[in-house]
This record gives sequence, C-alpha cells and structure tokens, in this order.
Amino acid sequence: MTDGETSSTLQPFDAPTIPKRHRAFSLSRILAITSNTLTELTRLKVFYVLLVFGLLLIGSSIFMAQFSFQQEFQILKDVSLGAISMFTSLLAIVATARMLPRDIDDRTVYTILAKPVPRFEYVVGKIAGVLLLLAISTLVMAAAFFAVLYLREQAVLQATAKQMASAPPDQLADALRAVRASAFNADLIPGIIIIFLKACLLTALTLFVSTFATSTIFTIVVMVFIYFIGHLEATAREYWLTAHGSGLVTRVFLAIVALLFPDLQAFNLVDDIVAGTAISMAVFTKTALLGIFYTVIYTLLSVFVFYGKEL
Amino acid sequence: MTRGLIALGVLIVMGLLKLPVERDLATLHRQEHFRGVEFNLDLREKIGQLGFIAALSGFRSIVADALFIQAHAAWENTQWGRMLLLFRQITTLQPRVLLFWDTAAWHMAWNASVAAMNDANQPRQALRVKAQREYFALGKEFLERGIKNNPDRPELCEALARLYKEKYKDHERAAEYYAKAAALPEAAPWDRRFSAYELSYCEGREREAYERLRSLYNEGEKERLPTLIKRLNFLEDKLAIPQDQRIPDKLLKR
Repeated sequence: MTDGETSSTLQPFDAPTIPKRHRAFSLSRILAITSNTLTELTRLKVFYVLLVFGLLLIGSSIFMAQFSFQQEFQILKDVSLGAISMFTSLLAIVATARMLPRDIDDRTVYTILAKPVPRFEYVVGKIAGVLLLLAISTLVMAAAFFAVLYLREQAVLQATAKQMASAPPDQLADALRAVRASAFNADLIPGIIIIFLKACLLTALTLFVSTFATSTIFTIVVMVFIYFIGHLEATAREYWLTAHGSGLVTRVFLAIVALLFPDLQAFNLVDDIVAGTAISMAVFTKTALLGIFYTVIYTLLSVFVFYGKEL
Repeated sequence: MTRGLIALGVLIVMGLLKLPVERDLATLHRQEHFRGVEFNLDLREKIGQLGFIAALSGFRSIVADALFIQAHAAWENTQWGRMLLLFRQITTLQPRVLLFWDTAAWHMAWNASVAAMNDANQPRQALRVKAQREYFALGKEFLERGIKNNPDRPELCEALARLYKEKYKDHERAAEYYAKAAALPEAAPWDRRFSAYELSYCEGREREAYERLRSLYNEGEKERLPTLIKRLNFLEDKLAIPQDQRIPDKLLKR
C-alpha cells in the first residue's frame, strides 16, 4: 500500500463523529424547549390580548375626560393595573393549562422524551416559556400604561399652565406639583412586579394541576376555583387560627384551605399603591420572596408528579 | 397515585411551614396600610353579590371605580340618596383612597345640603334646614371615617376643618383639625397658619391664638401674610398688648 492509497482510504479525524457524553442537566436543552414553547404560544396569537389592553387604555382615557384630573388619574391607574393583573392571570392559567395535554394529544411529548431529555428539563423548559411570555406581556402592558399616563399628565399640565397663566408663580408651581403628584408614582413599578410574580405563581400552580388533570377544561375550572379560594385563604387562615367556637367540620375545612392554598391576597398591593400607600423595601422583598417560593415549590411538585405520569 | 399522595403530603408540610410566614406578612401589610378591607358578611351586604365576587377576585379598585362613575351619573341627575349609598360602597371597597372620602363629603355637605335648602318641593323652611343639617352630618361622618382609615394623611383633616369652618361655623373644631393636619407628615405649609387664624375667632382663646400667630410672624417674611397681620392687629387691640410689643405699623399698610 502506497502513501497515496493510505491517505485516500483512511478517514480523517473528525471531532463531531465522536459521540458526546450525555449530560444529566443541559441549559441549552431547556432553552430550546423554552423558545419552542414561546414560539408555539405566540402562534396562538396570545399577544392579541395586548391589543385589547391598548384599546381599553385609549377608551378609558377618552371616557374619563369629563372627570377632574385627580379622578381621571385614579381611574386610569386602577383600570390599567386591574387589566394588567387580569390579563396576566388569565394568560398564566389558560396558556399553561393547555400545554401538557396538547403535547400529549399531538404526541410531541413522546418525540421529545424519546430523546435523551429528562422530564425535569421538559417541564422546566415549558414553564420557562410561559413565564417568558408573561414577562414580555407585562412589560409591553406596563410600557403602554406609563406612556398613556405620561401623555395625559402632559396634557393636564399644559391645560393647568394655560388656565393659571395669570396666577402668581408659587400658586402655579403648587398646582403643577399637585398634577404631577396625582399622575406617576414610582411605587407603581414594584406593584407591577408583584402582579407579575402572582402570575408566575398561578403558572406554576396550573402546571402542577395539569400534571394530574385529565383535560384542559378540568385544569381551567380547578384553577378558577383555586383563584377564588386563594383570595379567601387569609380570611380562612385567621378564622381557623383565632376562632374557637366553630364546629369540627368547619375547622377541618378551614385548615384545608389555609394549608393547601396560596394566599393570593398578599399579591394585591396595587390597589393601595394607587391610593398613595408607599411600598417599603421590606414589604416588597417579603412579598416577592413568597411569590418566588410558591413558584419554585409548585414547579418542583409538577416535576415530581410528571416523573410518575404514564405517557 | 403514590406520587400524588406524596405531593399532597409535601403540600401539607409546606402549608404548615408557610402559615407563620404568611401571617407575619399579613401583619406587616396591615402595619403599612395594605389589606385595609376585610372580606366578611358586612362587606358582602354593603357591596352586593357581584361586587363582592369582583372584590374577591382582586379587582376591588375596578369595582370601586365603576361605582364611582355611577355616583357621578347620580350626581348629574341629583339623586342624592343613591349617591350616598354608592359612596358608602365605594369607601368600603377603597378606604385608602382619599379622593373618594373627600368627594363623598363634598357632595353631601356642599352640593346635597344646598339642594336641600333650595328644594322647591318642601315649602316648610324648618324641614329644609333640618335636611340641610343632615347632609352636613353625612359629610362630616364621611370625613371622620376617612380620617380613621387614613390616620397618617393630612388631607382629610384639612377637609374636615374646612367643613367645620364653612358649614358649622365652629372655629374651635376647625382650629383643632387644622392643627391635627399640621402635625402629620406631608402637611401643607398653611395648615399651622390656618389653625391659628381659626383659633383667633374663638372667644376665650385669644391669648393662645395671639401667641401662635406671633410665633408664626416671628418666623420671617414668608409667614407675614395680610390675613396673619390683620388677625394679629385684631388680637393686639383685643388683648391690649403694649405698643412696644406690637408688630411694626408699616406692615399694616401692605
């Protein structure tokens, strides 16, 4: 065999042909599932919700022109933050509820799990996709809200300056200060972050319910009940821990509510923030940590139940 | 099945762990004036079933705004009874919004009371005056409840002081509430001055009023406003203050 023959028959060293060692955890695999989930949800036109939000903002700001500027800003902030809270909660529940059942119906889950993808990564990737969708939606809605608030503030400032053109400068400055104080408030930002964390919690809880649910409808109905009960959890908890005169059945029922359900009222801070209550760092941090704690726990429980699910 | 039961067990253990954390957080929220509304039968009766459900879902501010718009429409149609009912619901749902307490009190003590006095359907003046006094009392009640719910805010104390001054002509109570407002953080700079002005109209408290006005006068040019000088001059005459202790005459000619 000549040298020339050897070079033509021997395969050159090629690194990619050597099989890679499978890693138990891969961030890139999770990211691939996350981006895929986000693309899937985007194709379902969930961002049309943002259009509805925009129309609501414009509509309400036109309608409120008949009120005084304090009333107008109060209602604008209430409606906008209420809408952000409602849309993110709805998105969180509906988008997550259909995620696992759809993948099972479409058999996508078999294709993914047939590959060396652990179920943990699949679940984490899926929930991260929904959380990313929620983050984008919250950011866009918050930006639209602040833009409308700013535009209205500028319009009211101009009108006030025009009306008070002949007033002494200190009176004019007072009036303009009052307008500014009624419009933007820096505490609105932590308030919106808390709304987002509440949506994250609902996403993780919906995912947990959907791991043992039999259909999407079932998950959504259960989550609607959980949503209402979660808002009553604090009342049930206080009654259970402080009232002594109630019967055994009532106490057992209250204990179940207090132990199994999250306290969703803890995340409704924006109502009071809009009213002018300042949010301290302690309140924000503790509330945010509670939200993160719930999200992590429910995600881990979802992974645990999903590992035992027969597919 | 086994995994489901284990998950339930974990949820119960987690529930036991989270209880003290959630209770502490709820206490902290209340201390910092969050969660001012208790969800109980009383609230349910006040705001109706639909309102209660909406409030339960975390949308009490939107429900309150919707009721506020209804109250605005009721005002345009001069339906004072309906307005009273709606404002009671609104302030129950949003006790931390000063605007709602203030607007409710203004409608009752100023608008409804004037409408009652001008009521063409009521020929007896005594009854018109009675109705007017009742609306004053309703306005006062809104402000008093508002202050109870917002003890850290000066605006409602100022509004109640104005109501005592303008509607009840009770300068002593007006002075008291202006002083209360002045003692709170973020109070308007004129609250102290207004409190002293009102006190200067109270029989028997002239000396105290004089000392407070004089103390304000001594703070400098910014406080030496025409009304303050006028009231000081009045008290100097009334209390027979020696000429050498009186404020300079030239300020009178401002």
